[in-house]
Amino acid sequence: MDLFDILLSASFWAAAIRIASPLIFATLGELICERAGVLNLGIEGIMVAGAFAGWIAVWGGLPLWGGVAVAMITGMMLGLVHSILSVPFGLSQHVVGIGLTLLATSLTFYTYRVVLPEVSSPPKITAFQPYEIPLLSDLPIVGPALFSQTPLTYAGFVLAGLTAVVLYRTPLGLAVRAAGENPAAVAAQGLSVTAIRMGAVIVGSGFMAVGGAFLTLSAFDSFFFDMVNGRGWICIALVVFGAWKPGKAVLGAVLFAAFDALQIRLQQTGIGAVVPYQVFLMLPYFLSILALVVMSRRAEIPAALMVPFNKGER
Amino acid sequence: MSTTTEAQVVLRLQGITKRFGPVTANEEVSFDLHRGEVIALLGENGAGKTTLMNILFGQYTADAGEVELFGQPLPPGAPRAALDAGVGMVHQHFTLADNLTVWENIVLGVDDLSGLSLKPREVKSRIRALSERFHLKVDPSAKVGRLTVGERQRVEILKALYRDAKILILDEPTAVLTPQEAEALFATLEEAIATGLSVIFISHKLHEVMAISHRVLVLRHGQLVAERATDSTNREELAALMVGAEVAAPSIESAAPGAPLLSLREVSTPDHGAAPGLKSLNLTLAAGQITGLAGVSGNGQAALSDLLSGLITPASGEMMLAGQSIKNWSARSAIAQGIARIPEDRHKTGTIADFDLTENAILETYASRFSRRGWMDWARARAFTKDLIQTYDVRCPGPDIRIRLLSGGNMQKLILGRVLEEEPQIILANQPVRGLDIGAVNYVHEQLAKARDRGAAVLLISEDLDEIMQLSDVIHVISEGRLSPGFARGSMRPEELGGWMAGHGFDAEATDAA
Repeated sequence: MDLFDILLSASFWAAAIRIASPLIFATLGELICERAGVLNLGIEGIMVAGAFAGWIAVWGGLPLWGGVAVAMITGMMLGLVHSILSVPFGLSQHVVGIGLTLLATSLTFYTYRVVLPEVSSPPKITAFQPYEIPLLSDLPIVGPALFSQTPLTYAGFVLAGLTAVVLYRTPLGLAVRAAGENPAAVAAQGLSVTAIRMGAVIVGSGFMAVGGAFLTLSAFDSFFFDMVNGRGWICIALVVFGAWKPGKAVLGAVLFAAFDALQIRLQQTGIGAVVPYQVFLMLPYFLSILALVVMSRRAEIPAALMVPFNKGER
Repeated sequence: MSTTTEAQVVLRLQGITKRFGPVTANEEVSFDLHRGEVIALLGENGAGKTTLMNILFGQYTADAGEVELFGQPLPPGAPRAALDAGVGMVHQHFTLADNLTVWENIVLGVDDLSGLSLKPREVKSRIRALSERFHLKVDPSAKVGRLTVGERQRVEILKALYRDAKILILDEPTAVLTPQEAEALFATLEEAIATGLSVIFISHKLHEVMAISHRVLVLRHGQLVAERATDSTNREELAALMVGAEVAAPSIESAAPGAPLLSLREVSTPDHGAAPGLKSLNLTLAAGQITGLAGVSGNGQAALSDLLSGLITPASGEMMLAGQSIKNWSARSAIAQGIARIPEDRHKTGTIADFDLTENAILETYASRFSRRGWMDWARARAFTKDLIQTYDVRCPGPDIRIRLLSGGNMQKLILGRVLEEEPQIILANQPVRGLDIGAVNYVHEQLAKARDRGAAVLLISEDLDEIMQLSDVIHVISEGRLSPGFARGSMRPEELGGWMAGHGFDAEATDAA
């Protein structure tokens, strides 16, 4: 099987879209935070917490969508913690974010042990099953790749569209973008920069947690330590790659996921016998850095990103 | 309009007092604004004008006193209350978001945040109608980040007009307009006043205050020290009231030029977004001469000042320094060659806001003058800064405070001192008095003239034609990157220069040359 065959196979693209899904949720969440001017480095920990919260809720008897809701609420609560520290208190967003990641991760593992003290391997749940969209799923290649995914994947793409519409077409989105660029402009209109930024961080963190829950509720059917495995940090890069625009960010997530799906398949080809597999594992990250260099040189970073807003200071 | 409605009080300030720690910013300030009336608010920097406006807009809460709008008491500390009641403000420091378009900036905060759509088409067509009516030319779909300072000012004015403001507060609105544009703005403002708009006009330009206001209020040290009907006062009296003593603008005699220090021959630079580059520009800066560069902002001034500061290099043409052709041009070599810069935006490129005065004072010379064997010599740097503070009359608590706490005028004095202490041969002064009060303006002008008299070549870039005409020995006009011939002091009337600023005359010039 050579590269060409891989790129033309429906199963490859189906895998790419599946791998992209959690990234899409979390990247959108990060993008919303950053557009409002807050860098949320709590993303990794929030994803871990979301993955656990959604899964344990379903294991405890809630329906799958109930698990998604629990994950979302968990993320929003962690977002509230982040936003209180980073917005009204104006603390360093780096420190708050990394602190939150450590806190959320440890709290998750602790809760896991409290809830399941005896088990040696985590119990399984019945995860989201693929739903074939009538007619569309019959299309060649595109059908099985795009339209035979789980409902949560579809939700991710719908959410991307929704985020773009809200950001670019509504007064609220305008205020969010202005808050990340020049908060003084927002304050001059009598709007509360604090409320807008806190709201963006809370909602964005909720999306991140759903991204984490995708892993336990759709991609797999159980919870493992280290299952988020740096995906949050990738999403930070994807926001930059997407130049803080939802459409481009989704494209970046799919591209990264495609690299990831590709490296697994390349390991099974003739080259895989010669080259150590670690090189393939490295491939998506290496290509992402390259893409980042090429794509985001002209990107305009929100001017007030990471700048706390103090009313009245010159 | 009948006379009874003319007398209606739209805004009443009653005994406003505001203290910041030991500093009293406003003390017992009271006045009324009537419907269709223009009040000019005069005062030096730090006189308390901005604080007063911030209280009106709910950014600060007054320690004592009341504000009444249209007969209703204004709740203190409620930012939206004044806006919703129909008060619009054009701030001196723009409150625009660079990554948003013009129309997005204008419509920000107009609709409720729960609204479902921004209705871009309607908004844009309303903006176009307004900008036509008020002669405020701007493309509603352009990104604000690409606009020049002058264009941004227009967006700010449109922002207030878009909200159908009944009271308009203008903080130094004409600082960046051509005389013609300012005239047009005044004409349309007068039109709007006739329909019942009331205006508070904050300005340092006394002739504008005289031209447009009905009443003048003078603030000094936070107190209202005088109130005059505009008809019964004059510029000299107002200037004296403002600073508390008689002031005279320095009379600057013209001087004979010396040897050419820097010359540009047929220099072109590439366009930068909407900002034009230089188009085959010929310019000579001679020793002992102030060369004035007039023009509306965004016509190539930025390219020229970037070129002279070494931030960009010519795409074609030749640059000569003291008769030598220049190679490897960079910011470092510009500093090394003794080109001193007073940058256009003292907040962005002139200073580092959170550095203290000492650190800001040695920004350009820390390596050469204030370090020994790789170690900073802070004792010398502090002594130097103390000297600057004294010599250039920078009013501040001391060299250790952050520069962001200084008023614009004092910040500019420090920059001026930092530049002039080096006794540079070539001085690039870009909008050196923008936003400064009369006292500071006169001071800066005197210092520039002094530098000229000791033999420096000064390039004065300004959008204020009065300043150019008062100071320059020779005047060039820049328009869309093209440079007019040099006009000797006093040889042109403002209207003629205004014509060049609008782009007339360049084509005739080209035909003559051909």
